[in-house]
Amino acid sequence: MPVEIIEPGLATSIQDLGRQGFYNVGIPPSGAVDRYAAIAANILVGNGPGEAVFESTYMGPKLCFTEPGVVAVTGAQAPVFINGTAAPSWESLQVAAGDVLSFGIFTAGARVYIAVAGGLNVPIVLGSRSHYALGAIGGFEGRNLLAGDSIPIGQLAGTPGRAVPEDMRPVHSREVDVRIVLGLYDFRLSENGLSALIDKPWQLTTVADRIGFRYAGNTLEWVPREQPFGAGSDPSNITDAPYPVGSIQVPAGTEPIILHRDAVSGGGYAQVGTVISADMDLVGQSSPGTKTKFRPVSIDEALDARRKYMDRQRKLIQLW
Amino acid sequence: MSATSMETSRYTWGADEHLVVQLSESMSLRANFQAMAIGSDLKAQNIAGITDIYPGNASFLVRFNPDEIDPYEVEKIVRAAEMRLADGAVRGIETRICEVPVWYNDPYTNETGSRFRDRHQAPDMTDLEFAAAQNNLPSVEAFIEAHAGAPWITSMLGFVAGLPWFFQMVPQERQLQVPKYVRPRTDTPKQTIGHGGCFSAIYSVRGAGGYQMFGITPVPIYDPENKLPDFAETMIFFRPGDIVKFRAIDEPEYRAIEAAVEARTYRYKQAPVSFVLEEYEASPDLYNEKLIGALNAS
Repeated sequence: MPVEIIEPGLATSIQDLGRQGFYNVGIPPSGAVDRYAAIAANILVGNGPGEAVFESTYMGPKLCFTEPGVVAVTGAQAPVFINGTAAPSWESLQVAAGDVLSFGIFTAGARVYIAVAGGLNVPIVLGSRSHYALGAIGGFEGRNLLAGDSIPIGQLAGTPGRAVPEDMRPVHSREVDVRIVLGLYDFRLSENGLSALIDKPWQLTTVADRIGFRYAGNTLEWVPREQPFGAGSDPSNITDAPYPVGSIQVPAGTEPIILHRDAVSGGGYAQVGTVISADMDLVGQSSPGTKTKFRPVSIDEALDARRKYMDRQRKLIQLW
Repeated sequence: MSATSMETSRYTWGADEHLVVQLSESMSLRANFQAMAIGSDLKAQNIAGITDIYPGNASFLVRFNPDEIDPYEVEKIVRAAEMRLADGAVRGIETRICEVPVWYNDPYTNETGSRFRDRHQAPDMTDLEFAAAQNNLPSVEAFIEAHAGAPWITSMLGFVAGLPWFFQMVPQERQLQVPKYVRPRTDTPKQTIGHGGCFSAIYSVRGAGGYQMFGITPVPIYDPENKLPDFAETMIFFRPGDIVKFRAIDEPEYRAIEAAVEARTYRYKQAPVSFVLEEYEASPDLYNEKLIGALNAS
């Protein structure tokens, strides 16, 4: 049952939970920016948690179902319509052949996820169906979706009528605390620089995509030093090194960038900390202008937060 | 290359999924060989829960799934590997030397550079003019001669899919050093030869970048559709440890190679070589001549 793309929205790609083992050649994990929402959408329609779904940023697509099926929308808060009539999100919906799914303006959050029973059946590239834009691989023909594309769907009857309980649906705010583990090259920051990073709020700029989220608002000061051989002369330069996914780099000390699931895998800018894995979804649902505070936690607190986050995922998967 | 002893390595967490080990703050061939050797050692151990092993220029990253392996256990395993492969334990590698033809000072990178002068240290100069001045070389031509003269070793891959970092095989006092752009560009042509710090790189795809731009190669280094014969078994041409010799070409040769790539007939000029660190360090220029001789005999 192919799904036809009538309007693609601003940036819609196909994502599952990503690929592993190719970061050393510059191919990042990719996968849904908000993993919890992607898993929820899949579980609602009766898929396994890791099937490929649509991920749309800032603006939903308009899709037409060519055969009967089951669909669910999760993620950012946005009005959902079937044939122009309001329909609920975080619930699985039966659709008939010819039905059209569309969206209104997002009211909170940045990305919606659309799962279809059977999963989006695009080829597996390097172990995943996820689109990685910079490398032009995965997803549908290695690119974002365009009007007229016809996306094949796997065979599955699906489960309409499921709803994720209210208290298990994340609410997206314009003011967030993002937990980070300081480290990496944070010794390059002066005391004032560190204070500017963690004591003052930042604002997410409009440069916020699957690769990275760029923030503005303060300037970071570095400890002066004679630069090591090979690093380059700016105090924010290091000898080029691998970047952790979620790490925060600060080119020229002005605009921190959080690398997300399509991270550039390495480079020569000092990183001063890393977003904990449990808060990557939260960063991913931030829309431009979101007031953000970086709150330092220890590695053990990060591991504890991850256990709680994974418990929430498990609870979701065990709903049905 | 001086054979000074290694600085103490530094272990640091990239939150709950990454361990980063900085072997040395500064770049050296020895630090790079140690990173590669530790990477190979960890890979051979095939440890459940470790998802990515990523050697860098003078550091390495290990990515793990903390649901499957305790991060402190990862640290223990990595420290043991580092102990086994301390400085001096790595003598050399079996590798290959490859030729990359480059149209230096080309119109594509010059045009792109002109659009981002507001992000550059020296807005009144081109990237090549700036690089020549930074290295006290009398002209752009002299800079190109130095860049294409001695070979380079692939010291790291990444940034984007298949992008290689190259470290030039010359004594430290002859290394070309140029700062990165003050703020990164949002655009770089595909297959641009870039340079930042002491590293050159080839941008495998079009996109953002902070390196100075010197030229462009007509030869793909990333081919996800496996169109060229050299990409039959891989979408990524370069491997860590590959030795690279740039060769300056003019526009007619650039167009001719471009046509051969388009016709899917282009083959990289390459030859297998053994690289022995101590022999290189004893006499870099003579050793490089031998390597280039092997390439030209291929």
